[in-house]
Parts: sequence; structure tokens; C-alpha cells
Amino acid sequence: MTKKITIEPVTRVEGHGKVTIYLDDNGNVVQSRLHIVEFRGFERFVQGRPYWEAPVLVQRLCGICPVSHHLAAAKAMDVIVGAGTGDGLTLTGEKMRRLMHYGQIFQSHVLHFFHLASPDLLFGIDADPAIRNIIGVAMKFKDIAVQGVMMRKFGQEIIEVTAGKKIHGTGAIPGGINKNLSIEERDRFLYGPDPMNVDKMISWSLDAVNFFKDYHKKHRELIDTFAAFPSNHLSLVRKDGAMDLYDGVIRAIDTDGKKILHDVDPQDYLKYIAEEVKNWSYMKFPYLVEYGKKDGWYRVGPLARLNTADFIPSPLAQKEFEEFKAYTNGKPNNMSMHMHWARLIETLHAAEMMKELLNDPDLQKDDLVIKGTRVNEGVGMLEAPRGTLFHHYRVNENDQITMANLIVSTTNNNEPMNIAVRCVADSMISGQKEITEGMLNAVEVAIRAYDPCLSCATHALGKMPLEVSLYDSKNNLIDKKRT
Amino acid sequence: MSKPIIATTSLAGCFGCHMSLLDIDERILELIELVEFNKSPIDDIKEFTKQCDIGLIEGGCCNSENVHVLKDFRKNCKILISFGECALMGGLPAFRNGIPIKECLDEAYLNGPTVVNSNPDKILPNDDEIPMMLDKVYPCHEVVKIDYFLPGCPPRADLIWDALVAILTGNELKLPYEVVKFD
Ligand code: SF4
Repeated sequence: MTKKITIEPVTRVEGHGKVTIYLDDNGNVVQSRLHIVEFRGFERFVQGRPYWEAPVLVQRLCGICPVSHHLAAAKAMDVIVGAGTGDGLTLTGEKMRRLMHYGQIFQSHVLHFFHLASPDLLFGIDADPAIRNIIGVAMKFKDIAVQGVMMRKFGQEIIEVTAGKKIHGTGAIPGGINKNLSIEERDRFLYGPDPMNVDKMISWSLDAVNFFKDYHKKHRELIDTFAAFPSNHLSLVRKDGAMDLYDGVIRAIDTDGKKILHDVDPQDYLKYIAEEVKNWSYMKFPYLVEYGKKDGWYRVGPLARLNTADFIPSPLAQKEFEEFKAYTNGKPNNMSMHMHWARLIETLHAAEMMKELLNDPDLQKDDLVIKGTRVNEGVGMLEAPRGTLFHHYRVNENDQITMANLIVSTTNNNEPMNIAVRCVADSMISGQKEITEGMLNAVEVAIRAYDPCLSCATHALGKMPLEVSLYDSKNNLIDKKRT
Repeated sequence: MSKPIIATTSLAGCFGCHMSLLDIDERILELIELVEFNKSPIDDIKEFTKQCDIGLIEGGCCNSENVHVLKDFRKNCKILISFGECALMGGLPAFRNGIPIKECLDEAYLNGPTVVNSNPDKILPNDDEIPMMLDKVYPCHEVVKIDYFLPGCPPRADLIWDALVAILTGNELKLPYEVVKFD
């Protein structure tokens, strides 16, 4: 049997991110857009599936941060099976999940820094792309490459012992977890031979923070001014204002640091958050209802989290946090490139949290699952590596999912990434007749600071392929370049 | 003798298969000594610059662009390997097969609880700048000839490693029970 596939003329390249820029008669930028061209239809096709499948199904949207989707769906299902939110689980259930999550934050941040950002920093942003990549790093700076590989391995192995598998595990189930941590498993991470132990991970994380601070000193102009713009910031925080990546209340602040969303319950998110649809992108545009489509957009991710949190509950990361805060005199930090700095401070925090959890005897207990009175609706939220992640489900009396709504981290950053593109377009492309390689790279550097994921929203590994098109006032294409 | 050349791509996949390739950990440093990478999201080479020996394909085809890239891989690679359930059978994205695409779009952009009140003009993404979706999600071997299949979601790192080593050294691929998984 043959199958017929209809293909319309294909001129399109493998570009999952795409930028268009329009100029007026004087060559000034009038419009710039980052288009996201991927659509899955998840919200519809999950309908009818039994609710307990959600944690294993949804994560297959993204193999880079699957644990985040796995846990957010499981947290929503906790509510549905009546196990409550956040701290409703058994201590073992909650702490095993936390260990899984911090393993995930660690490996994902490491992947971003070593595999993606380090080539730009080590070789220079304008170096030859043929060597400006992780393979180039491995050839030339072997120690750093080994460090990146081993740190990621550590995070992945933490995920493996908590979730059962490195990618797309099954550990979290509605109401709890399906295994605890054995003493042998624990000791491997606490006392493993160099470098595979948690103390080494902490010291390497500290090295990475220092590496960035050093780079910052030498390239202050670039890091401080590039694609900097004011915005609101949103994240979960613990009830006492501490950074908490697994659970908390929703807080948003404006560009001066004034609270505009006052630590509200995630179950009520619909009261505060809505999304705008634009016909030129599959990715929606979330905003705070109270402030409207125009002013209500916000940033999420490491930078936003360091802006919203009052403190970090682990000593080494807290020290770095204080230094980070002091740099902007305690005011919110609106510099896109400082996202890298924030990400590394979080990497350090994740390493410290893993150590704390590994030393916690609750992980060896046997009380794994809790059940209560079944309800029909639940919201699960957490801070994924790239920012706040929303999962919301409704279930019928036959245990089938009837509604699923997801707002993934990268979607929350949709408007900020568009603004970052606009900043670069205004400062570098306005008045130009031709796109140079340098401008193109600048646009990419701005987008990549947000570590757009990649698979949740686009595709490529870190380095999203970009196509930039420049149009004049009569809609004629003047120039087009791709990376 | 020059090194064998490898290319990789992610079509309608989640990137988990590529992550599993990275999960060969230290062996990645060995691998880059053994082979040369060409077009791949791992090294950021966006277009084929030469004929390749092995092409690794993650994900099936859900839009016109995927088909275009897959055909390009067939043209430029001597051996094509589908790795992971999505490439082999469509995987999770193929859940949408059998559901009219309009229903998927409506659910995401018109009916969802965070859009139902905020999209009064009933806007759907339809701009010329975004690619056409296919009627359904196709596994790779229904679009081009595929030489080898590595199952798993994702295939375990050891399976990927063993398969690459076998092909690179011309030895028979041994598949012990423990490394072949179908989830
Ligand atoms: S097979 Fe699994 S891991 Fe691979 S792309 Fe598909 S969903 Fe992701």
C-alpha cells in the first residue's frame, strides 16, 4: 500500500525560529517579529486519555527538560486525586521529587552554559562558527568540556535514580512517587570517586560562577547594555519569599521592584493570567489580566527568579545572590545578558540542594503515596529551568482528561524575546541597506540569552537556527540571511 | 584515511533522542575523535557541506519542512538511521492522527481557558511565514528509505553507542536484551 503525502512547494529551510524585520521609507525599523513555527495539538489529543497517563505523556513534548513536564503534570494530578498541593505529599514523596527536579535544573543549566554559552565566551562571539561550538571546545579546552560532560552526567544520574530513567522516566505518580532512594544509591552521589560526587559538583558550580564574573569584568559594556530593557518579572516563590523551584505561590514585580502580583495561589492562575493569540506565531503571548495585553507581559526564568525572590535558601548561592543584587543596588536587574549570571547562581543552588536532600534520611522511608477525595480539576506549577511552567487539567467521572492547558516557560518569554529582537533591530539595523553577519549574530545572541526551549517551543539544541528577512516599506524583500 | 562523517537532525521529535546521544557521557569525547560531525544541531552546521556516511534521524514528519529536511538527509547520507519511537512510528505527535487538525488548532487558540476570553477576534496562526502542517504525522520510512531502526523513547545511550561503533567498525551489531527498550 502506498501512502500519498501532499507537499506544497518547499522553499523553507530547517528554521524553527524565524525573524522578519520591516523598514519604512527612511530605512527605520517599523516592525520586527520572532515567529515560532511548530505546533503539536497536545491540548486536543490528550483528551480522552486516563489522567494518570499525563505525567508520562506530556513530558514527551520536550526531551531537554522532561522532568519539568513530568512533575508539573504529576502535581496537577496530586490535586485531582485529593493529595493536595505542594506540601500535601508524604515527606519521601515530596523530597524524592525535589531531588529529581534539582537534578534536572542542574543538568539543564549545565547543558546551556557548557554546550551553548561557553563556545561564545571562550572563542568570542564573532569567532568562526566552524569551531565556535561544543566540539570545538572539546578539541581546544578539553578540561572545560570534560567538566561540562561530567556535570551533566551527574544531574542525569540523579534523575535516573529518582525517575527510573534519564529521559522520560516514570517516578512521579498521582499522589506521590514510585520508589525511594536506597543507601547504595545515595552513597554513590555523596561519596563517589572524583569527580562524581556532590561536593565536586558544588565546587565546579562555584568555578563556573567565577568564570562568568571574570568574563563580565572584562566585557562589562557588552554584558550590561546588550538587549537590556525594562520589564515585569514573574516566578513562583516559597511562602516566605525564598527561591523555591519546585513549589510556591505566584509573585510578579514591575520593573522598579513593586509587587504587582501578590503571592497568589497557583490554583487560581486563571484569575490573573491570560494569553493573546497572534496570527504570525504558533506561540501564544501570556500577560497579566489586570495590566492588559500591552503592559501585562513579563519575563520568566533565572533572571526573573533572582529578581522576585527575597533570598536563596542555601549558603553559597545566597552569597552570590547578594553580590548579584548589589550590582543593581537591590533593584530588579533588567539586563538580558545577566541571565547567564543568574543561571549559574541557580546551578550552584541546585548543587547545594542536591547535597542537602541526599543527606536527608526521609529519602529512605517507605511511605510513598497519598490519596484523598478525588476532584475534577487541578493545576500544577513549578519553576522549570527556563521559567514558570503551568499545567492545568480537567477530568471526567470516567477518569478521562477533558481539558488540558499548558503555558510552557518559553511561551512566557515570548514577548520579551520579541522585544529583545526589536532592541537589536533598532540599535543595529535601522538605516542599513544590508544585513551583515554581525547583526545576525547579535539578534541570535539576544534570543539565546533566554535559552528558548528548543523543543517545547522550537527545535534546535540551544542554537536555534534563525532566518532573518529584511523588507522595505513596499514589502519588497531587501535581504535575507540564515545562520 | 579520513574520518567517517555523521549528520543528525530532529524533525517532529522532542529532542530527547539527541539528549540520549549526549548521555553516552565521556564517550562523546571518544566519538568526536573517531568521527567528524557535519550538519547537526549539536555543532550548529546548518547545511550539508559534504556527503556523509551516517545520518541519524529523530522524530517523524509533521509538516512540509520535516519532509524537505528528511529528503535532504536521504540525498546526503549513505546510511540513514531512524532513532526513537517518533522516527520509527510517529510517537507522541502522531496522537493527533485521526483528529482533524482544525480541532487541535481550535482547542489551543480559541477554547483553552487562557484564550477563551482573550481572543475575541478568533485569531488562528495562519501567516505566510509559518509552514504547512501535513494531514497527519508520518514515520520516516513512509517518506524515504531507512536503513536501520533503533527503538526506544528515547533509545538508551548504550544502544546508540553500540550501533554507531558497529557501523563504524564494520562489525555485526550485538543487541543484548538489556539495551533494547520500547518505551
Ligand atoms: S522517541 Fe521519545 S525521546 Fe525521541 S523524540 Fe520521540 S518522544 Fe522524544
